[in-house]
Amino acid sequence: MDPAELIKLLGIVIVVAGFALKLDSILIIMVAAVATAVVGGMDPVAFLDTLGESFVSNRSMCIFIMTFVITGTLERSGLRQAAAALIRKLKNASAGMIVSAYGVVRVLFAAFNVNFGGVAGFIRPVVMPMEQAAVERDGNKIDEKHLEELKGVSAGIDNVAWFFGQVLFIGGSGGLLVQGTLAGLGYDVSLADLAAVQVPVAVLAMLAAIVYYNLIDRRLMKRRGRAGDAADAAAEKDAQAEKGGDAR
Amino acid sequence: MTEFLQFFQSADVTLSDKLLEVVYILIGLIAFYAGVRNALDQTNEKRLGTAFFWCVLGVLFIVGRWVPSTVAGVLVVLMVIPPILKQVGRGVGGEPTAEEMQGNYEKIGMKLFVPALSLGVMALVFALFTNISSLVGLTFGVVVGGVLLMAFSRKNTPRVFLDDTRRMLDTVGPLSMLPVLLAALGAIFTAAGVGDVISELVSGVIPQGNAVVGVVVYAIGMAVFTMVMGNAYGAITVMTVGIGAPFVLSLGADPALIGSVALTCGFCGTLMTPMAANFNIVPVAILEMKDSYGVIKKQVPIALFMLAAQIVYMIVFGL
Repeated sequence: MDPAELIKLLGIVIVVAGFALKLDSILIIMVAAVATAVVGGMDPVAFLDTLGESFVSNRSMCIFIMTFVITGTLERSGLRQAAAALIRKLKNASAGMIVSAYGVVRVLFAAFNVNFGGVAGFIRPVVMPMEQAAVERDGNKIDEKHLEELKGVSAGIDNVAWFFGQVLFIGGSGGLLVQGTLAGLGYDVSLADLAAVQVPVAVLAMLAAIVYYNLIDRRLMKRRGRAGDAADAAAEKDAQAEKGGDAR
Repeated sequence: MTEFLQFFQSADVTLSDKLLEVVYILIGLIAFYAGVRNALDQTNEKRLGTAFFWCVLGVLFIVGRWVPSTVAGVLVVLMVIPPILKQVGRGVGGEPTAEEMQGNYEKIGMKLFVPALSLGVMALVFALFTNISSLVGLTFGVVVGGVLLMAFSRKNTPRVFLDDTRRMLDTVGPLSMLPVLLAALGAIFTAAGVGDVISELVSGVIPQGNAVVGVVVYAIGMAVFTMVMGNAYGAITVMTVGIGAPFVLSLGADPALIGSVALTCGFCGTLMTPMAANFNIVPVAILEMKDSYGVIKKQVPIALFMLAAQIVYMIVFGL
């Protein structure tokens, strides 16, 4: 290959370096596009032509604007509160079970493009207090390390469920981007097929997360049990010491 | 205008394409509405740039099909100027209060899930039972959901829907254009021959004609590229043009399975990188955790397992 051809990769270098340096995303894309056109020998008209043609033929990727017509009003009507009430139906569940139930609800709703909150809107106000209460059901306060681990697990299930659930939605931005990219290369695929092949992936991802996070929960509860026994023993010893003190 | 009428009267254009074009025109009108409302919003310090951005987007959606591609290209370039100059912002107010949401929930109750699920259900129904685009189905689901929300509460007037739509657009802002701009970048890459250069480079490393090796490189490449860039959407265009198409798809693999699962291989990268700050670092702050990597650490084992599982899935069912 002619080494001079390598200059055509300039656009990729710009994208990778730009995102890695956290520069303005839109600026990165436009600079990379212009740079690629220049080094690739495209004239300005051909550049604008390709840009315009691609944008217009990929308008479907902006279907999210149509979904906003009801998602904002759904939020106003109390969708998050309804989801919280649904999750709160879990009584006497362990922290691991609460995480699992949240993950299942989250992935199912993600598949229908329904977002009821995420970490700020839901994990912090609803899920964390429930998990904490589940751990503290034995009457002792949760220790900081235990709480920190549960926070990591809860944010983790949120990401796993949201990522793998979103691609199940026919008309989600991921599927539309893949469809558009493949169409540009001459492969026509339907949105329904792109979503259908993701069903086993999503099921496996949720199973993996639920199993792993419940193992962590059990390990944490065992450790807590041992620490609790030790604390009880210490308390008993103190009590005996006090009795001894009385006798003296 | 005659072209416009011809399109909708033509028997050669499918009903699906006609309806989809109507959906795009509606989206254009919504974006235009958001632009006009921002122009009039005294609380938005960047109201001119914001209005310009949404109005140009609206125009692109409405006339995009009927103007020459070069004109559309000029409109795209004009549209991205305000966000690059940081001149797109939002006004204050308009968010529902916690009391309002709680009150509405208590009044409406669990049946609120019905309109929430209507988009997905309708998209699925159209995909399965009609020849009409599932995106038209989704739009139909929006109509059904909207009617239900109006029936549930008299407070939900058309004005409320419009203002909430505008609020959502202001919240996501110009960054929501990322996928469509990345796709355009991919088109420029292809037109300039970037894919050919990458595949020539890679063909020196991985054997041509071996789809299994191709899948492994494509999947791991997606994860690694995503980790570096912090964005699977950016990675999928580059990787598919450079590796997916020449080393896997050209050998007759199933494009839907390979392309779709490659994206979720990228998501495995997203789960493992601090570059995806929105998902992995911001939650640490929101939950007041001590370890900045506390979320990522809980995701790495799942991400690695899923990456391996998806590679096997692609090899067994995609080739």
